[in-house]
Amino acid sequence: MNVTLKSEAPGETPGLSGPVSSMVFISAGQAWAPLTAMAKADLRQTLSLWRLVWALSVFDIKLRYRGSVLGPFWLTLSTGTMVFALGFLYSELFHIALKTYLPFISLSLVLWSFISCLVAEGCTCFTTQETMLRAMRMPLSMHAARVVVRNVFVLLHNILVIVLVFLILRVMPGKFSFLLIPGFTLWLIDGFAVCLILGVICTRFRDVPPIVASIIQIAFFITPVIWSPAILQHRGRVFLETWNPFFDLLDIIRAPLLSTPISPAIWAIAIFYSAILVIAAGLVFIQSRARIAYWV
Amino acid sequence: MASIDIHDISVEFPLYHADSRSLKKTMFAVAAGRIGEDAKHRPCVSALRNITLSLSSGDRVGIIGSNGAGKTTLLRTMAGIYEPLRGQISICGAITALLDPSQGMNLELTGRENIRLRGLFNGLNPQQIDRLQADVTTFSELEQFLELPVRTYSSGMVVRLGFALATAIKPQILLMDEWILAGDASFMAKAKHRLETMVRGAEILVLSSHSPVIIMQWCNRVIWMEQGEVKADGTPEEILGAYLPPEQFAHAQAVASVAI
Repeated sequence: MNVTLKSEAPGETPGLSGPVSSMVFISAGQAWAPLTAMAKADLRQTLSLWRLVWALSVFDIKLRYRGSVLGPFWLTLSTGTMVFALGFLYSELFHIALKTYLPFISLSLVLWSFISCLVAEGCTCFTTQETMLRAMRMPLSMHAARVVVRNVFVLLHNILVIVLVFLILRVMPGKFSFLLIPGFTLWLIDGFAVCLILGVICTRFRDVPPIVASIIQIAFFITPVIWSPAILQHRGRVFLETWNPFFDLLDIIRAPLLSTPISPAIWAIAIFYSAILVIAAGLVFIQSRARIAYWV
Repeated sequence: MASIDIHDISVEFPLYHADSRSLKKTMFAVAAGRIGEDAKHRPCVSALRNITLSLSSGDRVGIIGSNGAGKTTLLRTMAGIYEPLRGQISICGAITALLDPSQGMNLELTGRENIRLRGLFNGLNPQQIDRLQADVTTFSELEQFLELPVRTYSSGMVVRLGFALATAIKPQILLMDEWILAGDASFMAKAKHRLETMVRGAEILVLSSHSPVIIMQWCNRVIWMEQGEVKADGTPEEILGAYLPPEQFAHAQAVASVAI
């Protein structure tokens, strides 16, 4: 199936004379070029609807906490409790000074919860929006973008915990902290790609979400989230760096903030895995975009 | 100028997971004898078969047919929600589809929040969204209910909100399913008036309904769907005359003429 979307010059629409008059052409087929053009049009539309994506994400968070006193700051509070509890316990168990361990665990847990929530919600990004999908024609990638934006808002609430930990312990973020800007940009791109891939696959195959959940569970333990990668200095570090993309992706943001040195190899591996992810997302989305409405 | 051109389209639903929704579809399809297999031998329901249609400005089309005849699927395909497996569609003009009463509204959000989302979806700026709020408030007469979550509304109130929203942002093509009948009499009169001003321009209305009276009052063309195919296409009198038993047709004609 392919569709070309030509919006005739938006201009100034007087009053509410409605959505810009448009020309939609849909024609069935399996040729790559038209399918790609249609997927691109979908992404472009999502981009132009960024204010809608923003509003939907804000409403999602508001709804989750409607009627509660603390509202979304429950996120901050529960993450804070978790960080301090685990921080005190594991700094004892691992014999690491609290001043070193607490900043580490706060960053790790906050970033990991972003990853795991994003993946879990990415799986259901289309299936939970069934009524919306069937009600009107709208860009499908918007639902993936919404999950990413919503989780960024959640992350912003959790970041307060990290700030608090750094302030209390008087720890300064490393001087290479600016690296978290390209690092997080890469995360956003990856997050969007993951939502598209998992969203499509989980809509078609309803058994996938539990599989994904258990993979993420395992990944939590084999990735240095609560244990420091320093433990691995001599044994198996290279192996994990190479084969566990979570390791590298986590490190490109965490290491600069903790002033731990980061080798260019880690960045290279992170970019390599991200490239694979983005290409896979592109292929899946181009091929399956038109079928999503039938699958939900 | 608005137009919809449909050329030889077919739509098939794969039956992957037999959840309640597909089960319902399956039941209708069994009744209509339309369960088949697709190219990969997966069971599927062919909902629309080789449909060719052309609608142009000024057309007010009624779609009739028994349950499972493909009326709603045809509307969804015209709206671009289901992209067909075969054939082409070209749609010229801004489309609004009123296919189910809640039409994608988030039932947990308030009426006002849903209006805002719709405005954003249509790319309106904040001033235009304010005007949309005012317009929908006046037309729907929901007043303070707009501050409550939509799930607390009665079905008639949901219809009023949905209809007000869909018609406030003037579409060139309006696709409607039969749920509009859920409104009360005074609202129906208002809705009809609003639709008339809208359709008077260069616009298209496509309405799927089981009520011959509604069809006679609102439409100037009727399409009769059966088993996913167009069985007949013509003026309301011709088609309804053939579709309905004679006494029901006479009754509908009498009611429609009185109601006008």
